[in-house]
Amino acid sequence: MNLLAPLGWLGRITFELLSMFGAVSLFAARAISHIFRPPYYPRELMISLLNVGWLSLPVVGLTAIFTGGALALQIYAGGARFNAEAVVPQIVAIGMVRELGPVLVGLMIAARVTSSIAAEIATMKVTEQIDALVTLSTNPMKYLVAPRVLAALITVPVLVGIGDIIGIAGGYTVAVQNLGFNPAAYLRNTVDFLEMRDIVSSLVKGAAFGGIAAVMGCYYGMNSGRGAQGVGRATKSSVESAAILILAANFVLTGVFFSL
Amino acid sequence: MILMENVQKSFDDNHVLRGMNLEIPKGTSMVIIGGSGTGKSVGLKCILGLIKPDAGRIMVDGKDASKGDRDKFLARFGMLFQGGALFDSLPVWQNVAFRLLRGSLKRPVEEAREIAIEKLRRVGLKSDVADRFPAELSGGMQKRVGLARAIAAEPEIIFFDEPTTGLDPIMSGVINDLIREIVVEMGATAMTITHDMSSVRAIADNVAMLHDGVIQWTGPVSQMDSSSDPYLEQFITGSAEGPIEAVR
Repeated sequence: MNLLAPLGWLGRITFELLSMFGAVSLFAARAISHIFRPPYYPRELMISLLNVGWLSLPVVGLTAIFTGGALALQIYAGGARFNAEAVVPQIVAIGMVRELGPVLVGLMIAARVTSSIAAEIATMKVTEQIDALVTLSTNPMKYLVAPRVLAALITVPVLVGIGDIIGIAGGYTVAVQNLGFNPAAYLRNTVDFLEMRDIVSSLVKGAAFGGIAAVMGCYYGMNSGRGAQGVGRATKSSVESAAILILAANFVLTGVFFSL
Repeated sequence: MILMENVQKSFDDNHVLRGMNLEIPKGTSMVIIGGSGTGKSVGLKCILGLIKPDAGRIMVDGKDASKGDRDKFLARFGMLFQGGALFDSLPVWQNVAFRLLRGSLKRPVEEAREIAIEKLRRVGLKSDVADRFPAELSGGMQKRVGLARAIAAEPEIIFFDEPTTGLDPIMSGVINDLIREIVVEMGATAMTITHDMSSVRAIADNVAMLHDGVIQWTGPVSQMDSSSDPYLEQFITGSAEGPIEAVR
């Protein structure tokens, strides 16, 4: 009996994970289907666009500029070991656009937006505001979830694009000001080296990561437990899950874009 | 008329409703009493479809509550939640006019705002409250806003979930009187959940006592005090001795 206990435990964990995966997938499918079906709530969408997009700009911009600057310094120092300092513009560009831009923006969105969505919706749940919405003939999936998911799908690719540009600008500033690069040559090397596929992959990753961040925040918020502890747990789990799923999705999407 | 027949609901091993039978005639005010955790709110939420019963039947005016158009069904109801459940991201007037700003009952914004201010006045709040946010209001004011929201679309059926919990005795009296006045004025069917015996006497036409998942006693409020039911008697007197265990 005791010998089988670990197997039982493993089975239980596997079933729980699969059940969770199924529940999140169904929730995401329902959320996306509600985006396309009336009634629509434009005011809620506008507020979500503002919260997810506009108000995330400072954190995204700061993250990108420091990362771009640090990347330039690292590549220069690393490249100097085999006389390849000149590749700084190309590697900063490719590093920011293909990987660091989308991943760091995604993780920042998970930290900032997923947590705030989960905490807000979970609080609404424990204070019966979700029940109140239903009694007021308003579907919470349409009123709360669909606008947030749509806003993330629209704004996060834009944020990633802006993050990519600011990151490259950070690398450019450090390279030109500190490392003695020629400004015009740096820009030309950057533009010449980037391919359309790099930019498309960056924006697609942005949309995917935005969708993951919003869906996880909404899912954990709507399924929150009771009381302050329930809200805290929902918020923590939403950020953890969103961050892990973003990194996993990044691996898959990188494979799809650059290995096939 | 609202009719609940053998409604049962369990949460894992916790059998909350074990066969609740209740009839609320149209235009009357029914108050459900019972100890904490006896399933009063669960029963109410089952009628609204917020919780799906495991068994039994709920009929509203002869139609099965679980079937048909949900929006049309819910448009007939107003509800005052225990904690108010006001949307803290919206100003007071938009909370009150929520139903009038969207969906099938949508009105122009100015008209919806006017109705909201009129309903706020009806519950004794001045128009300057309209543009404040719920977090800026006291508990009593939040209850009144919740009440104004419950009656804003002039529903046929109004539910009140512990309307006086957390309020001082004077504010409780004010809310009780308001509920009674509004229900009589609107001719609505009302169902109230409370532990507060002063609310029962102020609001009820009929009383039902829920204990151990079933209706233990039901009858007109005038017969409540003369009833010999030991459960009801213990609840009314608030005695620790009797068939209801003091520790649940």
